[in-house]
Amino acid sequence: MTSTGTEASEPERPTGTAATATATHPGGVDAPHRARIGLRTLRKDRYWVVPTFTVIGLSAWVIYATVRVFLQNNYWVAEHHYLTPFYSPCVSNGCIPESAHFGRVLVDNPIIPYAAFSLPFLLLFRLTCYYYRKAYYRSFWLSPPACAVPDRHKSYTGETKFPLILQNSHRYFFYAAFIITLINTYDAILAFSGEDGFGIGLGNLILIGNVVMLWGYTLSCHSCRHVTGGRLRNFSKNPIRYRWWTFVSRLNTRHMQYAWITLGTLALTDFYIMALAAGWFDDLRFIN
Amino acid sequence: MTDPSTIERHQYDVLVVGAGGAGLRAAIAARDAGARVAVVCKSLLGKAHTVMAEGGAAAAMGNVYSEDSWQVHFRDTMRGGKMLNHWRMAQLHAQEAPDRIHELEEWGALFDRTPDGLISQRDFGGHRYARLAHVGDRTGLELIRTLQQRTVALGIDVYMECTITELLQNGGRIAGAFGYWRESGRFIAFEAPSVVLATGGIGKSYKVTSNSWEYTGDGHALALKAGASLVNMEFVQFHPTGMVWPPSVKGILVTESVRGDGGVLRNSEGKRFMFDYIPEFFKAETADSEEEADRWYTDKTNNRRPPELLPRDEVARAINAEVKAGRGSPHGGVFLDIASRHPAEYIQRRLPSMYHQFKELADVDITAEPMEVGPTCHYVMGGVAVEPDTAESSVSGLYAAGEVAGGMHGANRLGGNSLSDLLVFGRRAGAAAAEAATAMEQRPAISDDDIRAAGEAALAPFEREGGENAYAVQQDLQDVMHNLVGIIRNADEMQKALEELVRLRGRTAQLSVEGHRQYNPGWHLALDLSNMLLVSECIAKAALERTESRGGHTRDDFPATDDSWATVNLHCVLDETGEAVSIRREALPTMPDDLQELFEQK
Amino acid sequence: MGYDLKMRVWRGDESGGDLADYVVPVEEGEVVLDALHRLQATQAGDLAVRWNCKAGKCGSCSAEINGKPRLTCMTRLSIFDPDETVTVTPLRTFPVIRDLVTDVSYNYEKAKQVPAFAPEPRRPDGTYRMQQEDVERGQEFRKCIECYLCQTVCHVVRDHDDNKRAFSGPRFFLRYAELEMHPLDTNDHREAARDEAGVGLCNITKCCTEVCPEGIKITDNAIIPVKERVVDRRYDPLVWLGSKIFRRSSTD
Repeated sequence: MTSTGTEASEPERPTGTAATATATHPGGVDAPHRARIGLRTLRKDRYWVVPTFTVIGLSAWVIYATVRVFLQNNYWVAEHHYLTPFYSPCVSNGCIPESAHFGRVLVDNPIIPYAAFSLPFLLLFRLTCYYYRKAYYRSFWLSPPACAVPDRHKSYTGETKFPLILQNSHRYFFYAAFIITLINTYDAILAFSGEDGFGIGLGNLILIGNVVMLWGYTLSCHSCRHVTGGRLRNFSKNPIRYRWWTFVSRLNTRHMQYAWITLGTLALTDFYIMALAAGWFDDLRFIN
Repeated sequence: MTDPSTIERHQYDVLVVGAGGAGLRAAIAARDAGARVAVVCKSLLGKAHTVMAEGGAAAAMGNVYSEDSWQVHFRDTMRGGKMLNHWRMAQLHAQEAPDRIHELEEWGALFDRTPDGLISQRDFGGHRYARLAHVGDRTGLELIRTLQQRTVALGIDVYMECTITELLQNGGRIAGAFGYWRESGRFIAFEAPSVVLATGGIGKSYKVTSNSWEYTGDGHALALKAGASLVNMEFVQFHPTGMVWPPSVKGILVTESVRGDGGVLRNSEGKRFMFDYIPEFFKAETADSEEEADRWYTDKTNNRRPPELLPRDEVARAINAEVKAGRGSPHGGVFLDIASRHPAEYIQRRLPSMYHQFKELADVDITAEPMEVGPTCHYVMGGVAVEPDTAESSVSGLYAAGEVAGGMHGANRLGGNSLSDLLVFGRRAGAAAAEAATAMEQRPAISDDDIRAAGEAALAPFEREGGENAYAVQQDLQDVMHNLVGIIRNADEMQKALEELVRLRGRTAQLSVEGHRQYNPGWHLALDLSNMLLVSECIAKAALERTESRGGHTRDDFPATDDSWATVNLHCVLDETGEAVSIRREALPTMPDDLQELFEQK
Repeated sequence: MGYDLKMRVWRGDESGGDLADYVVPVEEGEVVLDALHRLQATQAGDLAVRWNCKAGKCGSCSAEINGKPRLTCMTRLSIFDPDETVTVTPLRTFPVIRDLVTDVSYNYEKAKQVPAFAPEPRRPDGTYRMQQEDVERGQEFRKCIECYLCQTVCHVVRDHDDNKRAFSGPRFFLRYAELEMHPLDTNDHREAARDEAGVGLCNITKCCTEVCPEGIKITDNAIIPVKERVVDRRYDPLVWLGSKIFRRSSTD
């Protein structure tokens, strides 16, 4: 550098669209032409906390749910007609007849869950959910682990290729989840009438609470927001759908919260019913 | 050394300098007229100062008050400008603004709507009816984005981060322009028979300003050096409401919409002091009680407007007087209160960027507590004297539009008239520039000597060693202008300012720059400084010459408005040596009778 | 109440550079950009910084502060401990020009690929009629100040330079969303959003939303709606069938 105003050599920079990173070039923040800073991230805060807790939370829930689904017992409290959502609708020949509100049509087999018609759809509804995608891409795939922290993958094709292109089917799982949530609601209502007729216990409150949260999660779905009104160009020509869309949009801002709360309420509901069915303790009754 | 044979060169019909609202509108108009056009701008495309305009664009569309018409708008503009405006510019502006706004919708702009689905219009100081088309309080951003996207869609060439330092002439007419790339420091020359200046204003010569670093009066200085004159330079608008605290944001604009939407000004005693500052000229149309003022927001037909919505010069002076009298706020401003007037939800919806700005920068929640505000240098009414219909200056081939052009706003600009001014005269300048260029048979050539000289002048700061850096000189210039040629002026101080400016010019000639030519802000500022000095001298000289107070020019040694000055424009020109500026008096163009009548009715 | 701020600022260009240490006096209420300006005026006259409005309205002064993309003019020093060293680097997704200034032409190239707005004709009275509820979605996207923080934080291009060709980035998904939701636009941009802008590359990890200084809900309100529209066009047989049977477009 001199003080006589030398011209800079003409930089030969890619404009972006023409950018290429060949195998010999490092990609990412070390790519050619970018500022050579050395460290891959300069973040000093504890950005790894959230992905870590996500991994722990989701793993714990999946382990619990898997064990419970294959236990094939303690899912029905005959006295109060409580059915855990993990076994709803109970459609296997192995189901206790009173718990099978929609008939028994499936062969009884230890590796076929009793609610084999609903569980796969619920799993896929959550697996393709826009919030859970963010959560597991970040925490399990580290793609990226946190903002401005490198994802360290060699190549990246996003959701353009199989199998991730199937994420685009989310809306179908939403339709299925909508029907299943209706069934859960029906179960929860039936549970007000036990062997001794109408009654209310803590179990009822838990079942209802769970169903309310499930509706919160299901209706706050991004695909739901799209089909109720988001896909319209003009709201003013469709005032009713606009009202629906406004309602769903308000719920949608809490989609992440509902996603976690329902994991909690589902596990709690199931555990409570398992405990009652196994006779670990009795239901707290308020009426009858 | 600059070798004219190897320098990067481009040929266009029309070269637009500046990519704010006026520049982009001019480029679009020139392209629509079939010209080859390029835009050169100091910053990236879309960052121009137009984004800072908040309140709206004034246009008499009559969507909210059908009584509104171009005649009423014209009358408001002239009265706001203390009748010193060029009548023809004010007329064209009032007549064409509605079409220019509607056109933006065709290019994708999304203005706020009325219940009928038309463009909503809001109240602003000095406008008789709610007239400002707006998008929340970020109208300027909407405008620039719309024009930017249109510019891109039309495939217009944009030279970003490129600064023009000289206009090149041939036989007295425009032949092109010379500049440098900020990124590489390399020189670039444009050959173009028409150049449209759309460089904005001069606010960076003042210490407390709402303007960004780009506002160094480049276009004003380029025009002067090319032989054009600057008109009305003594009129500098101090916006009454800029932030005063914390120090680092002092001067940042607080939109007039706060007052348009019901915000009121109070002093430290809690008094709405504006009622004490209603001038005779506006008595008939201004409320004299708080009750009437408050009723006006809902019923404009039977009530007069609140004094908070007097033209900006009146409000700025009043705030200044309150602070001087010891009734100011803790940080030397007054209180602007909207929190007690509207629910939080309303404020957040109507004024989202103001809410954000105060929350982020000052830790003030404007829905719960008053803001502290004070005057800030905002706009220069003065600029290149142009022919109203074509926006061409006295130099053949040189056009000017937007803030850099003078005459339209007279002694004081009404809020909201700037955005519409950009559109109306940007389009006129671009169209006229294109027409003149395409009709020309023989293109004027640019001379190698001129290129060589321009290159040498630009590199001079690198040749000197051991001089001071440009930042110190800029700071001193801002102090001089702020303290001596500020909101309240007198002869002694302005004399002193002129002496200081001579000294600063001497220091500027001795500046040196560290580093090399690649993206070197120290060098860029050193080059911009000479423009700032030239323009500051015009302001000081014109202000000294006008021995009265009017609009954006207030003198405590001549506090009254003097009728003998009512028909006089001051023009600033550069003398032959290119060193000193001088002031020339010219008669104000006479308004035709049919327009004159508008002022004789009520 | 001022104090001496310890700063590390990346100085250099394409050929290399370093984090340089500075100590700069700062005052109460100041932002990172104030500290950089003071450095420029007193210690490093040639420090390259891009800035304009200094009020969070123009989006010029983007940089990475302690590793996070932010506007330097909107980052108050009060969020840092006075003992903390504040590290400022240029945006790490774009080629560097000098010091804190990067070559953001990637974004301008992508802007050129966005289809132009194509409105329906005006009403006979010369106006367009739109209701407030119809313009509100688009208005949110038009708050964008083009600071490109979302573009720089997006790992699709930040960590994979080769995706720059196929991927337009969050800022331009806002444009597609705006066109798709504009009450007057007459075109269908769903194919372009998928094929030209590469919306499928986005894995909705929401960093764009996290860094947006304007608080635009980029992922929820723009990208996901665009993805859902692409599903309507490309991946949903029922919608396709419906549009054939009822001759209905999704844009009614």
